[in-house]
Amino acid sequence: MKKIFLLTSIIALLMTGSVIFNSCSKSIDEQNMHYPMLNPTRVDANAGTWKPILLSAANEFACAAPIATTSPDYIIQLNEIKSFQNQVNDDERKLVEYWGAGAVLRWNEIMRELVALHNLPPYQNPDGSYPFPSANNPLAYPTFPFANPPYAARAYAYLSAAQYDACVGAYFYKQQFNRPAPFTVDATIQTLLPKSTLPSYPSEDAAVLGASVEILKLMFPGDQDYINLRAEEHKRARLIAGANVRSDLDAGEALGKLIAAKFVTRARGDRAGAAAGNATLWAKLKSDCIARGETPWISQETPERPPMLPAFGSVRAFLFDSLTMVTAIRPGPPPSTGSQQFKDETEEIYQITKNLTREQLRIANFWADGLRTYTPPGHWNFIAANDFAQQGFSEARWARNMALLNMAIMDAGIVCWDAKNFYFNPRPMQVDPRIKTGIGLPNFPAYISGHSTFSGAAATVLGYIIPARAQAYNDMAKEASVSRMYGAIHARSDCETGITTGNKVGGYAIARGRIDGAE
Amino acid sequence: MMNKYGTAKLYTLLVCMLMLTMIQPAAAQTDIDGLMMEKKFFCAGPTAGYSSWKNYWEGTLKRDNGNMGRVSTTNFTLMGNYGITHRLNVLFGLPYIKTKASAGNMAGQKGVQDLSLLLKWVAYQKHIAGGDLKTFLIAGYSTPLSTYNADFLPLSIGLHSRNVTMRLMADYQRNHWFATASYTYIARSNVTIDRSTYYTTEMHYSNEVKMPDASQWNLRAGYRSETIIAEAIFNKWTTLGGFDIPRNGMPFVSNKMNATSIGLNIKYETPLDGLSVVANGSTTLGGRNVGQATGFNAGVFYIMDFRKKKKEKKEEGK
Repeated sequence: MKKIFLLTSIIALLMTGSVIFNSCSKSIDEQNMHYPMLNPTRVDANAGTWKPILLSAANEFACAAPIATTSPDYIIQLNEIKSFQNQVNDDERKLVEYWGAGAVLRWNEIMRELVALHNLPPYQNPDGSYPFPSANNPLAYPTFPFANPPYAARAYAYLSAAQYDACVGAYFYKQQFNRPAPFTVDATIQTLLPKSTLPSYPSEDAAVLGASVEILKLMFPGDQDYINLRAEEHKRARLIAGANVRSDLDAGEALGKLIAAKFVTRARGDRAGAAAGNATLWAKLKSDCIARGETPWISQETPERPPMLPAFGSVRAFLFDSLTMVTAIRPGPPPSTGSQQFKDETEEIYQITKNLTREQLRIANFWADGLRTYTPPGHWNFIAANDFAQQGFSEARWARNMALLNMAIMDAGIVCWDAKNFYFNPRPMQVDPRIKTGIGLPNFPAYISGHSTFSGAAATVLGYIIPARAQAYNDMAKEASVSRMYGAIHARSDCETGITTGNKVGGYAIARGRIDGAE
Repeated sequence: MMNKYGTAKLYTLLVCMLMLTMIQPAAAQTDIDGLMMEKKFFCAGPTAGYSSWKNYWEGTLKRDNGNMGRVSTTNFTLMGNYGITHRLNVLFGLPYIKTKASAGNMAGQKGVQDLSLLLKWVAYQKHIAGGDLKTFLIAGYSTPLSTYNADFLPLSIGLHSRNVTMRLMADYQRNHWFATASYTYIARSNVTIDRSTYYTTEMHYSNEVKMPDASQWNLRAGYRSETIIAEAIFNKWTTLGGFDIPRNGMPFVSNKMNATSIGLNIKYETPLDGLSVVANGSTTLGGRNVGQATGFNAGVFYIMDFRKKKKEKKEEGK
């Protein structure tokens, strides 16, 4: 009797345990798998007339005329689709739906993933110096790139800007050639995606793909295998879906690649390659700061690490020239390191760390976007993508809006890094060692806060694109900004001036948006 | 990396949840030894422990880190063991944990960690070859008692998963010499973190992290008498899945944390009735994505006899 009781209680316990575990399935529900299919409320057929970013004209690069839909070769291409559609399995259906959410969206996501993968600082050399990744030898340690926030901001901007110009080009030729989609030519072609009323040659999906592949190869040269794999997958999804024939894709991809080459050329000459600086520059930034009577920033890492990309402020911006930046955008100086305000602001951070609530820590963690993440620029791309997916944007409008957002974010990064290294202002824990961080300390000067500047710019642009959400974006930006105080790595002035400076940069993107023909 | 080492968990009767397995519970009876409380006896007491490491395994690469220096974990744990019958005990453990890095800017963490509850059942016992063989089935559950941040390893105080522990254990004692062997499977729930994306070996767009389960081998042998127990312990913790810390990266909750450790445990029954003291130490021989921790624990336990009290009351009543 007793034994039965014992046995029963053990079994009951085990069952309770398994119920608890079964009730929470271990599979993860990924938020990016719930986007609706791209099905624009406005098709933006005139996007070929929108103002490009680098192209001199929408047709700067030629696109060969398509073969006729009555030609034998076209029939073969229709049959290729039919052969794909003969037996569509669940995996293929999922692939179609995944890519059907939008080319700009998915290639943006791929870049976010590569940024996260590469967002790790190099380990030191035996002598305590640090090696630098080399684009010419990307797979040797330290692997190229170290996709830190400025690097990522620039990568997202080139990706989005090239995607946008590729769309302008593709939409231009769509109108010119006016070749109907395969499902229009042949009613027996199924469509696994919403039917687009746009002419399908050249494919805008493929134009975005071609542009994206070129930019991704430039930014992540060691990952070309993966990038090509995703490109093949994307094209296959378009064919299975019955949305494009092979020649739509080939033409779009070729056009996208030609257009992206212009961006690659610009990127090679935008001075980012010299952003890491050298020992002379690092010493000069410090001595200039001392000469102004201020306490200079000192790396808190062991061994001491040179500041992250201290010459990134000299990179060529998309939205303004360097004179405008220095005269109209660069913020005034931070509170002097000898001032009472500086002391008070440092004390404020110490008090925050002493009384940190769990909610404040949650906010600090939510926005930290540190190592092995897509960085703050990536976080704003994620926020934008989630909202854009609900807006019924066309592929061209996705591209245009992402380009405005990411050009603003990159330029905010340039302005921010210019200020950081111009003022070379210390972090709170450098002047008060009692201060410790619950998130992780970035290795560059404090003023102005990068998170705040990126966020100020992003919120301004997103509020322009989706006015109903403007207040929400501003609130998010403020939360991202103050999260750096909760993380004890920025004083109030760093954050507040960062936001207003970012807002200013965002204004330049809005000014461009007003005249690009897409409004 | 691992703070999880050496912390309380050890203590918690659920040696399992974290890596803590390194140090064995300082308790008189634990969920991983061959001792049982008699019916209606309750043994409880506080333990304290300290463990630390300077070197850790980044994947399989052993290194140190000037930005953390020595990472230490201090724990204060309350544990108890009640005899429902002499063959069925219920045990609990509740640790408070504090972590610290001796260098760098990372803030140490502290707080109440996970409550663990276990049932320990002598399923089978037999006199064999001049000694006693006992076979145990042990089942347990642990759950975090606070909203501590598991996403700040190696300084987080725990991994914040809810765990179900299932253990099969055999103990053989002849005269005063004994050996105990156990295998444990630890099923771990997913955990949520404060951010909406994270990267393992791929990007995840969720605040939920899939936690690999874990297993544990524990072998212990030594001398056991009425007044003293002295034993050597071998422990091997294996995470069944998970990924490595990338080069110069930070640890993550779902890393493949493995550790092999050895230790010594001594229990002494004091002349004071019902009062015993326990002390142990352990060190890590090998590992993966954990710190090479060495730690010590000590505790005081008192046995209360609920049966006796009732009897006395009854007698008084008469």
